Amino acid sequence: MSEATTHRPTYRPGELEAEANAADNRNRWLLSLPALVIIVCAAAGPLLVMVVYSFLTPGDYGNVKWEFSLEGWIGTLVQRDIFDDTLMWADAHLSIFWRSLSLSLITTFLTLIFGVPTAWFIATQPPSRKQFWLFLVTVPFWTNLLVRTIAIQELIRSEGVINLVLLKIGIITEPIQMMFTDFAIGFGMTYVYLPLMVLPVYAAVDKLDFRLVEAAHDLYAGRWTAFRRVILPLIKPGIIAGSILVFVPSLGAYVTPRVLGGGKNLMFGNLIELQFGAGRNWPLGAALSLMLMAAVMVSLIFYVRVTSREQADG
Amino acid sequence: MIQIENATKTFGQGDSAFTALRDVSVDIAANEFFTLLGPSGCGKTTLLRLIAGFEPPTKGAILLSGSDISRLPPNQRPVNTVFQNYALFPHMSVAQNIAFGLEMLGKPKAEIAKTVDEMLRLVRMEELKDRRTSEISGGQQQRVALARALAPHPQVLLLDEPLSALDLKLRKEMQIELKRLQSETGITFVFVTHDQEEALTMSDRVAVMNAGRILQVGSPRDIYERPSERFVANFIGESNFLDAERIGGDVTLAAGGSFAAAVPEGVPEGKVSVLIRPEHIRVRGGQPEAGELSAKVETVVYSGDATTLHLRLATGEVLKARMANAPDSDAAVPAEGQDAAVSIAPGAVTVLRD
Ligand SMILES: Nc1ncnc2c1ncn2[C@@H]1O[C@H](COP(=O)(O)OP(=O)(O)OP(=O)(O)O)[C@@H](O)[C@H]1O
Ligand SMILES: [Mg+2]
Repeated sequence: MSEATTHRPTYRPGELEAEANAADNRNRWLLSLPALVIIVCAAAGPLLVMVVYSFLTPGDYGNVKWEFSLEGWIGTLVQRDIFDDTLMWADAHLSIFWRSLSLSLITTFLTLIFGVPTAWFIATQPPSRKQFWLFLVTVPFWTNLLVRTIAIQELIRSEGVINLVLLKIGIITEPIQMMFTDFAIGFGMTYVYLPLMVLPVYAAVDKLDFRLVEAAHDLYAGRWTAFRRVILPLIKPGIIAGSILVFVPSLGAYVTPRVLGGGKNLMFGNLIELQFGAGRNWPLGAALSLMLMAAVMVSLIFYVRVTSREQADG
Repeated sequence: MIQIENATKTFGQGDSAFTALRDVSVDIAANEFFTLLGPSGCGKTTLLRLIAGFEPPTKGAILLSGSDISRLPPNQRPVNTVFQNYALFPHMSVAQNIAFGLEMLGKPKAEIAKTVDEMLRLVRMEELKDRRTSEISGGQQQRVALARALAPHPQVLLLDEPLSALDLKLRKEMQIELKRLQSETGITFVFVTHDQEEALTMSDRVAVMNAGRILQVGSPRDIYERPSERFVANFIGESNFLDAERIGGDVTLAAGGSFAAAVPEGVPEGKVSVLIRPEHIRVRGGQPEAGELSAKVETVVYSGDATTLHLRLATGEVLKARMANAPDSDAAVPAEGQDAAVSIAPGAVTVLRD
């Protein structure tokens, strides 16, 4: 910029700006280079590998043979009988996918139910105490996910804390079977992903100008109407961000369902892992992963559509 | 209409407690244009918030048409506010903002649309009605805030410095417009400003506040010509304060001369301080005659429509005199360093409580 201005003393109108803009654009490219490198190496590259692998033939001991095949993709939807080669719907895959979807939606819903009031509570604390509460919310992040999940197991297993206490005070006579159920998975995922809901919602509530709420009350809105007409629209970006942050990783969750759901209650993440491990069917695993990704993309696009349309409507 | 009875408001507790209003009592009549005037931080906004219902009074009561509304939530009071910071809803358009109160009152759609159009015309925002409130200027936001508060036709409209962001021309226009609106709609206006001229030109009555108290309530003329305290006199217009001796309704200045003066309640006899407005003083060159004071001219400042003289009295007190300029008045104004004779208009001397 400074160089350009020194050699040429006179400019036609607009020229200086154009010059500055060009320099600005060059700088922008340069500055975003590290991010681009990472995106290319760490996201686009592996993704390409997955796409290629999904069209190859499974190797005998895992890995792939470099022969084109659609079996991987066909296998996501249909199953070949081992004995007579007849095709039938891969019910197992579909029901696992369905379970993943519904458990993720339930998890998102539960984190909303617990997370929004929590975020509201923290954001309305005096500034000195906010830091403390935020610290408490983020503490679990500093512990390994597996450790946290096993801690939950300690709580809910048949000889776990909850059952022991309930037995002691005589509410139940037999321990309740909570481990290895969908409840266990939902409970665990809600706990694990709760901070991802609380933080963005907190950020939105913290930014909320409470004088607007006063203005709503002044204009005859009761508590509920003020919430629906003024507060909710203003914190919606935080709620949407939180929901995406919870829903997306829930859909592909692996550790939590594995530890708390046991071998029977698979989720999609576990199904994929199975193909790369014991199943020795990498192309099927790759195709399933891409399907999961597509599902996530579709839901994200849906969100973006809905929110941007609302913004345009005003 | 509105009675505020011994309202006290204390924020916080213990050591950090701060009393923003101290024992404020005032009656505001129906259809009155009532102005709260005072320096920044004196509690004007706090008093409005008590009337609107955003804060409960720590002590005292607020009555509307005779019934105590101190504990009613803001949405149940027929009172609307034009907020100092506008507080427009950023996710709604100008028109939606104005419609909000009407929708909350459950008015029929057609009526809402009609009222919103009227309001838009009133504040001259028809062209911008579909804009987001974040996409209009500060002055335009202020006008939308006014329209939004007026639309539900409240019994009382609270206006917290509603014209402060407007340029001079628009501000003068809106002053006239507000005044017209107030008399046409019959809405009681409680108007906050720290602009003394605005307060004097627009109000039926003015309450001058300082440090959480109301010092004086009266018509603009009362407040300007017969302020009861030094603070009030000082806050509004230019003032001269002189030492004097009072016996009954007569005041003898330390610098000489005896005058009949207005005396507020509760001022003891004896030494007092009096106010004389600079424009109530006449000055001519030469030696004083009976009833005039002798002075020396220190500075002469010409300011277009008037000339201000700083005079040194025999007692050493400085007196400001402001004389309107006329095409031929130049000769009449004494020059700097000259001796001058000062005469004070009858009724110009006011005893202060301070
Ligand atoms: N919520 C609060 N907590 C503590 N102190 C407050 C609070 N609200 C106002 N105050 C204090 O009360 C005093 C009066 O405030 P207020 O807002 O009524 O002033 P104001 O007369 O409207 O001033 P301005 O002309 O600057 O708007 C100020 O000293 C302010 O700091
Ligand atoms: Mg204020």
